[in-house]
Amino acid sequence: MSSNPAESADFRAEAKAWLAANFPKSLVGKASVYMNFEGEVAMAGDALAWRQRLGEKGWGTPTWPAEYGGGGLTPTQARILQEEMAAVGAFNPIPMLAGMGVTMVGPTILEYGTEDQKKRHLPATARGEVRWCLGYSEPNAGSDLAALQTKAVDKGDYWEINGQKVWTSGADISQWCGALVRTDSNVAKRDGISLVLLPMNQPGVRTRPIKLISGSSPFCETFFDNARADKRDLLGKLNDGWSVGKRLLQHERASQTGASPMPSGSGGSSLAEMAKQYVGLNSRGELNDPDLRLRLAQHLMDSKVHQLTLARITAEARGNPKVTAAASILKNSATNVAQTRSELTLEIMGSGGLGWEGKEFSEDEIGAVQTWLFGKAMSIYGGSFEVQNNIISKNILGLPETTQKG
Amino acid sequence: MAVLSEEQSILKDQATSWINTNAPVSRFRALRDSGSSLGYEPATWQAMAEMGWPGILVPESHGGSDLGYLTFGLILEELGKHLTASPLLASALVGASALRLGGSEVQQKTWLPGIADGTTILTLAIDESSRHNPAEIKLRADKSSNGYVLNGTKRFVMEGGSATAFIVVAQAGTDVILCLVNAQAAGIERTVLSTTDSRGYANVTFTNVDVASGDVLGEAASGRALLDTLLDRASAGVAAEMLGTAAQSFDMTLEYLKTRKQFGQVIGSFQALGHRAAELYSEMELTRSAVEAALQAIDAGARDIPQMCSLAKCRSGAFLFRMSNQLIQIHGGIGMTDEFDAGFYLKRARALETMFGNQAYHRDRFARLSGF
Repeated sequence: MSSNPAESADFRAEAKAWLAANFPKSLVGKASVYMNFEGEVAMAGDALAWRQRLGEKGWGTPTWPAEYGGGGLTPTQARILQEEMAAVGAFNPIPMLAGMGVTMVGPTILEYGTEDQKKRHLPATARGEVRWCLGYSEPNAGSDLAALQTKAVDKGDYWEINGQKVWTSGADISQWCGALVRTDSNVAKRDGISLVLLPMNQPGVRTRPIKLISGSSPFCETFFDNARADKRDLLGKLNDGWSVGKRLLQHERASQTGASPMPSGSGGSSLAEMAKQYVGLNSRGELNDPDLRLRLAQHLMDSKVHQLTLARITAEARGNPKVTAAASILKNSATNVAQTRSELTLEIMGSGGLGWEGKEFSEDEIGAVQTWLFGKAMSIYGGSFEVQNNIISKNILGLPETTQKG
Repeated sequence: MAVLSEEQSILKDQATSWINTNAPVSRFRALRDSGSSLGYEPATWQAMAEMGWPGILVPESHGGSDLGYLTFGLILEELGKHLTASPLLASALVGASALRLGGSEVQQKTWLPGIADGTTILTLAIDESSRHNPAEIKLRADKSSNGYVLNGTKRFVMEGGSATAFIVVAQAGTDVILCLVNAQAAGIERTVLSTTDSRGYANVTFTNVDVASGDVLGEAASGRALLDTLLDRASAGVAAEMLGTAAQSFDMTLEYLKTRKQFGQVIGSFQALGHRAAELYSEMELTRSAVEAALQAIDAGARDIPQMCSLAKCRSGAFLFRMSNQLIQIHGGIGMTDEFDAGFYLKRARALETMFGNQAYHRDRFARLSGF
């Protein structure tokens, strides 16, 4: 990627000016209200206006081509835009509003979609008007995703779909779904899968939210009972869904490489500050719990190393926008760091870290408990910890497949 | 791997190819078998000097190339891969750093050209007990008419047998001072040690050794701070060597996983070993980030150099410990034989771990620097 300093400076000025003219001051500091993963956020008043302006400009999806509703920016310009937005307290709610649309489905449509699919699906997604969910896992196809059984049958001008999906985040509030379906049962399991796009608002689709160990969740079960997908909405080639779907997962992994993909329940204060408050310092200025002190130091180092690795791999990948194979390393590392942080948080809070609800516990304490519990999903979703290790050992290290018999 | 400049890439490639040809592990084995008390081959050191490596941290005005710590780290990593023994780390990194950080113009002019051309081997004499504990220096520097008189013993001085001069860390009243002392000075007695990693350490005793005030680095009052900044750089350098030693251990192990057959298939096809390899590889990538970031922080004069250097030493220590043990475990019986090289890596790993503070030392230091 070439980045001309003069052009960068010009763009920075343009972004600054546009934000000054368009970002409503009333929304400064409100990012957390509108950037909530866990459910539908009502966009009204200034928030709605901001979303619309951002969508019209294409800057909710800055690097998508302008002809499909994106901003047509280079990665450098997109970074500058992000910096300028942060500088004035602005935020981009569109990726959140689009569910899986901006981070996963959109990039895959850009790569594999027909011109017709790009024109029909991307602009509304880029405006944050359409939310997407993903129908991947099934009750009997989790880590062994290729074992999926939801069937799509060619009915001439549409696909008829029957089966059940699970862990479909946001299915109950999404307008569209990208689903992996079986289109050929007479070949090896990976060779008979296709990816179809179908509307959720139709008689053949039913969703049911799933309650988790952490309480309510964005996850649903989704039932297809003679549901229909338009014939035009096969994404990629027939029976090539495994490659298309894997590519989509790479986009997912790339979006899960930060150490805190979930909003933290522990407010803004750092873990070290929290430990000082709860545990206290001795006369030498060290935490009163010497064992915790060293494990906390180790965790802060691990966290720092994760951030350094993210930065290093990003720098090395510059000029090569393809999703890097290192995504599996980063996903596992992010998971380790985030889960350890949650465990340490609860340990530091002591019995305060056992609160479920009520005024006797602080908001931070209750939030930390939920973050801890929900965080257990991090090593399961998006390819479990073990699946990532399979990917690393086979795809990066070139170790051979296990032949089942020892 | 950090994004390298063209100059750095060329230097790294040159180092890789030179070491593969001229200083592979078989040379270290021959050195060990010869029972050399020097701990390195003079011809190897001579060749390194001709390639300009000892001058990487020396300013051009004093005969070096001034290419910085990241560049130096690239060389140390390559040397670590093949266990190439030389005074490069002790003299050209630690010794040269001390002069860069605390040396007067006269001191730099006196010492740096010799370090850059390899004729001077200047090494830090710091540890006094079996543990690295720079907070408690007992070697005494008493005021004399023209400077100080040193009395005390330093242990496990790197390249202590071959050093032509020492930087002696001494307690002068309430101050800590760093003194440049010629190894031939009257009152110095050294005992070369026979160690598990077969390198050239010595215990050095100083009895009424005279130091002129012009041979003290920096001001006495800021000696403690100078020592801390010097130890940061030393730790980052050792971390770079550790990364190389661990990386080579990983490569040897991966190769073995792909070729060794048991139960009718290569052992790398077993998921237990595949996952172990995946985790070791991931840890190596993370460690690389820590090491390179520390070296880059030094080059950039960043605010958090102490944290970054402790992080790098601690992280590379943890990874090298695990990797050098897995090198033997995964090789099985062959890994236990002296005929195979794995033992050299395990032994060197143990030595590098103790140098300039082990993991526990740097974890504690990181906590302190973080304010708890």
